[in-house]
Amino acid sequence: MADEDPEIQPDPVTEAILEEVTGAGLDWRGIILVPVLAIFSAFVLGGLVIFLAGEGVGTILTAFGALVTGSVGSLGAISETLTFAAPLILAGLAVGIGFRAGLFNIGGEGQILMGGMAALAVGFSFEGLHAEVHLPLALLGGIVGGAIWGGIPGWLRAVTGAHEVITTIMFNFVAANLTVYLLKSALFQEPGRSDPISKPAFESARLPRLLEFLDEGYRVHSGIIVALLAAAFSYWLLFKSTIGFEFRAVGANPSAARYAGMNTSRAYVAVMAVAGAMAGLAGASQILGNTFLKGTPGFSSNIGFDAIAMALLGRSHPVGIVAAGLLFGALRSGGQEMQATANVGIDITTVIQALIIIFIAAPALIRAVYRVKASDNTEQITKGWAT
Amino acid sequence: MTTVQEVVQSPGELRRAKAIGVALLLLAAVVAIVFANGTIGDSTFRLAKITDTLPDLALTVPAAATSWIVSGVLAFLGAVQISRGFGKKANLVLGLSFLLFIFAFLAWAAADNSFSFIGMLETTVIRAVPIALGGLSGVMCERVAVINIGIEGMLLGGAFTGALVGSLTNKWIGLGAAILVGGVLSSLLAVLAIRYRVDQIIAGVVINILVLGLTSFLSAQILVENPELNGSDTFRSIRIPLLADIPILGNIFFNHSIFVYGTFILVGFVTWGLFRTKWGLRSRAVGEHPKAADTLGVNVYRLRYLNVILGGMIAGFGGAWFTLGSVGSFDENMTGGRGFIGLAAMIFGRWHPVGALGAALVFGFADSLQGKLAILATPIPSEFLAMAPYIATVIVVTGVVGKARPPAADGQPYVKE
Amino acid sequence: MEIELRGITKRFPGVVANDNVNLVVRSGEIVALLGENGAGKSTLMNILYGLYSADEGEILVDGEVQHFAGPGDAIAAGIGMVHQHFMLVPVFSVAENVVLGVEPTKALGVINMSEARKDVRDISTQYGLEVDPDAIIEDLPVGSQQRVEIIKVLFRSAELIVFDEPTAVLTPQEVQEFFGILRSLRESGKAIVFITHKLKEVLEIADRIEVLRRGAVVGAAIPSETDEQALAELMVGRPVELTVHKEPAQPGDVRLAVKDLVVLDERNHVAVDHVSFEIQSGEIVGIAGVQGNGQTELVEALTGLNPAISGSILLEGDDITHASPRKIHDAGMAHVPEDRHKSGMVLSFTVTENMVLNSYHADPYSKGVLMDWDAAREATRGLVAEYDVRTPSTEVFGSNLSGGNQQKVVVAREFSRDLRAAVLSQPTRGLDVGSIEYIHERIVAERDEGDGILIVSTELDEVMAVADRILVMFRGKIIAERRPSETTTTELGLFMAGVAEGSNGG
Repeated sequence: MADEDPEIQPDPVTEAILEEVTGAGLDWRGIILVPVLAIFSAFVLGGLVIFLAGEGVGTILTAFGALVTGSVGSLGAISETLTFAAPLILAGLAVGIGFRAGLFNIGGEGQILMGGMAALAVGFSFEGLHAEVHLPLALLGGIVGGAIWGGIPGWLRAVTGAHEVITTIMFNFVAANLTVYLLKSALFQEPGRSDPISKPAFESARLPRLLEFLDEGYRVHSGIIVALLAAAFSYWLLFKSTIGFEFRAVGANPSAARYAGMNTSRAYVAVMAVAGAMAGLAGASQILGNTFLKGTPGFSSNIGFDAIAMALLGRSHPVGIVAAGLLFGALRSGGQEMQATANVGIDITTVIQALIIIFIAAPALIRAVYRVKASDNTEQITKGWAT
Repeated sequence: MTTVQEVVQSPGELRRAKAIGVALLLLAAVVAIVFANGTIGDSTFRLAKITDTLPDLALTVPAAATSWIVSGVLAFLGAVQISRGFGKKANLVLGLSFLLFIFAFLAWAAADNSFSFIGMLETTVIRAVPIALGGLSGVMCERVAVINIGIEGMLLGGAFTGALVGSLTNKWIGLGAAILVGGVLSSLLAVLAIRYRVDQIIAGVVINILVLGLTSFLSAQILVENPELNGSDTFRSIRIPLLADIPILGNIFFNHSIFVYGTFILVGFVTWGLFRTKWGLRSRAVGEHPKAADTLGVNVYRLRYLNVILGGMIAGFGGAWFTLGSVGSFDENMTGGRGFIGLAAMIFGRWHPVGALGAALVFGFADSLQGKLAILATPIPSEFLAMAPYIATVIVVTGVVGKARPPAADGQPYVKE
Repeated sequence: MEIELRGITKRFPGVVANDNVNLVVRSGEIVALLGENGAGKSTLMNILYGLYSADEGEILVDGEVQHFAGPGDAIAAGIGMVHQHFMLVPVFSVAENVVLGVEPTKALGVINMSEARKDVRDISTQYGLEVDPDAIIEDLPVGSQQRVEIIKVLFRSAELIVFDEPTAVLTPQEVQEFFGILRSLRESGKAIVFITHKLKEVLEIADRIEVLRRGAVVGAAIPSETDEQALAELMVGRPVELTVHKEPAQPGDVRLAVKDLVVLDERNHVAVDHVSFEIQSGEIVGIAGVQGNGQTELVEALTGLNPAISGSILLEGDDITHASPRKIHDAGMAHVPEDRHKSGMVLSFTVTENMVLNSYHADPYSKGVLMDWDAAREATRGLVAEYDVRTPSTEVFGSNLSGGNQQKVVVAREFSRDLRAAVLSQPTRGLDVGSIEYIHERIVAERDEGDGILIVSTELDEVMAVADRILVMFRGKIIAERRPSETTTTELGLFMAGVAEGSNGG
């Protein structure tokens, strides 16, 4: 262009660092106020939807009250929240790592299923192993299963340019059907049953409960530890390792990455494999952490889709994703309570989640409504179909 | 600009050509080993219905021989492709080969049996409707450079609204409401993408989540308790006199509900509009080079809003097909990914309405194949049959069928300074 | 007709792009708006054309104040603009591009294409702008595309035509043809504004010259009463060296040997057609040529981004013909890409991250898998100081630097290693004079250290000033070789246009 931008006043150093962590800079309004207002607005609109569905204001307040008590109101509630949060955090990492490399990983559902099935297979295939060996082995199965299911779309993207939005979604459907088939197959099916339910894994593969000594009903298990470790690993991977630097460069500017000598094809496959592995761990957590150690169709219970919302909310940063995972875990556990006591369907939490993302992804919207001052930012996370 | 250079095959292209040749040989092998080997009997492809003028019209072939012949042809084509290559015609040959493969497959599945091939073709057209309308909606949006991942949500919203409003009033008002809801959802996409410059793919995904949550919630909360709100009148097939009496073609195209006719009419209308009118030229300019259009006084924002909303209305219409065009009642998440398959059809059809329709017919065929094969009791488990349309989508989208160019400004928000 | 810009002021965040600018243009005259990159010329014209709105000041047409809400209003007032980067839809035909927005229609909004074609032909013949109405833009050479832009403007009955850097992509001969068109437009009574930073052209074609610097008008001149030196001083605000100071080259052994290279472009046409040349240590070889004659593909082949399908490239004897970009980089070849925003740096990364973009994978910036960001930051601090990159810290984002400083980061990154050879593509495109001077100095310094340097540029002046030896590329072949002292821009221009050696030049 003939007219170059003349020298603009650059931001101070702290703002630069904060921006890297949160994507919002020293703009406290951006980091704190907007998300809070977004969540608040989402709840208001959610309440409106419940109202339009024919419930009174009293029910709405009871419902939201139940959401709170059911999520953080007691040790049991917190246990539930953490139980739900574990696979969510892992799945959120699966999406977030993809985002960082410019890839849209919608295949969380399928990767969870395949990872879970692999973990399950390892779980019931080896009798008499020590838990110290069996559990990590089963988790490894989850990692491998998810990595393959994520790696294939990554490979397709690298080699043929097929956009991963479509391929991963298709792989979700394929995985769902494959899971049902496998659960009815001789290898997996519980002997004596005709419905799709699997044999149980051995106790040695179980993710141990954390608070069992207090109360047997507390479901929280070490899956949450796995999730937090995975988040720490993701942070290290993205920001401290050479591979992570490549991922981020390829995501930010694939052309410059190529010119700088990075192998973008390899990066795409690696990213999707790592992301898939995270989701596979989520699947393993679902199977190895549940009471009966059995697999049933749909054990991915929409975690893969919630994960997209979480990654956006957490700005694709491991810290943010953990926070978002806890929030969404709270919504799920509170939602259970809400459905039980206030008789309000749990799907309303999905609506609230979607609204939260809309408001987070369009901070300008919140700013316009609440008249909050802003710094200017358009976020482009992906670049369309062009490869 | 370089001119007058010869076109040469790059190493990448040579590899792809060889890969196609190998694929053809593999297909030939599958046909020989699985379909031809050990198959006995004749397969009858019924081409007419009992009520037709020529009720016995059918194609009967010896199953094994057919497969052997097809296998031979495929092997021959594969050999030619590997040695000499078909050049530009390779895609055409590949497409034809798949047709032959499917033919052999059907012959094998129907060995010593007969099945209504005409019924299958009819179902193909019907099943193609939501995919074609989804793809058309995608074309409308992407031609002005707005990626619409939210088609799935718009279909679902249209389905729900059609059932609910149709039960409350009548099917016509229900249809109108479904179209309206599609438009409302796409205007949400438009506002997020154009005004607030949210990443378009995110905006689309969010709309899908939102609609899924809303419809599931409302379905569980209201429709389950009140089934009278979930049982609308549906649109029946309308026979077009004279045209419907044409053997074979009459059944395939001229005996359907308004959804099918509407699809064809809309495809024709949008094609005419895009390539012959002022609106079309300006819209396409906005999608290819919005800055150029802007400098000539074309209102980029207004055209984007307009086309995206129209696209949403088309998707709403497509969504109504799920309820008002079939059973009249809504089921949670009943669209089953058709919106995404519609996007694949759009890419397959190279962002052209007619191309999207053609692609949708292919996917519709995969969909109807699954249903037919279940009836024929083939040894393939039903879950694998259910995967057929999705795997077909992946194959298509991996560009086995060649690379296509989307509108140049696709996915980029336009910033007016 | 008389158009006046009165007191125009335009501010962007952090900068005043136009500062109380006054300008008058009348029918039948060519006014040149001269200034370096960033001076505010394009902003001013974008305001005139209705793309921006001024913060203060007014636009008057024949004495009446105008309010332009958008280009539509400016077009209606008789103002037309030919942009530097063509505003043409590549997949449309000439006629479609010309009528876009003011299409002749039949019933129901259907476009009357035959009338559109006829209109295009009429204007073509009237002004001598030969072009086929049905040709597709992306298939046309640049000179023809420019003609389409002019037809567009005339189709809308423009009386004032603004040209923004029109000669950037033309050969010297095409520039002369273009000047001929300008003169004929002036004869038919049009008012012309010609935006440029090229001093020679301004002196040749303009009736009047207005000089902009940092958004303000700092001087006016008549060509017959001024010269390049005076204009350059006005443009930059201080005396300027118009030549690059360098010692004569002392070429040594062969660093880069290219033999019989054939490279394909992305549409599988032959873009580099059996090219051979050598670059010796301690010499700068410049490749001149109009954009699109294979230079881009040649650079891609040399740097590993687009492997040649035949021929060889040897770096001090090592065969790098099919090596990956990383191997070539590690072997000691630097690459400054032609588009720093797209391929040179990652704007959302910090200066440090950009500085190690192609060396992060080895010592000292990483040990195995682990990055050593402290080492990277330290090294970057040193380079920022050495290359005079204006930035408050190394952790600032690339997007916050000015163009000149961004390019300095890229050059610092590439030159800060032990090199055997370097390939630079359009190294000073879009930069201000100060940055251009600096980068040329660094290139010469690098040469004096013994590297073999290849510089590819469409700016003939740059090639003449910097290179020790010049190769001209046309349609994928090297058709001429000269030393700057033995040739002129006219002769080089002929070669760039394809007039081969030995034939009678224009």
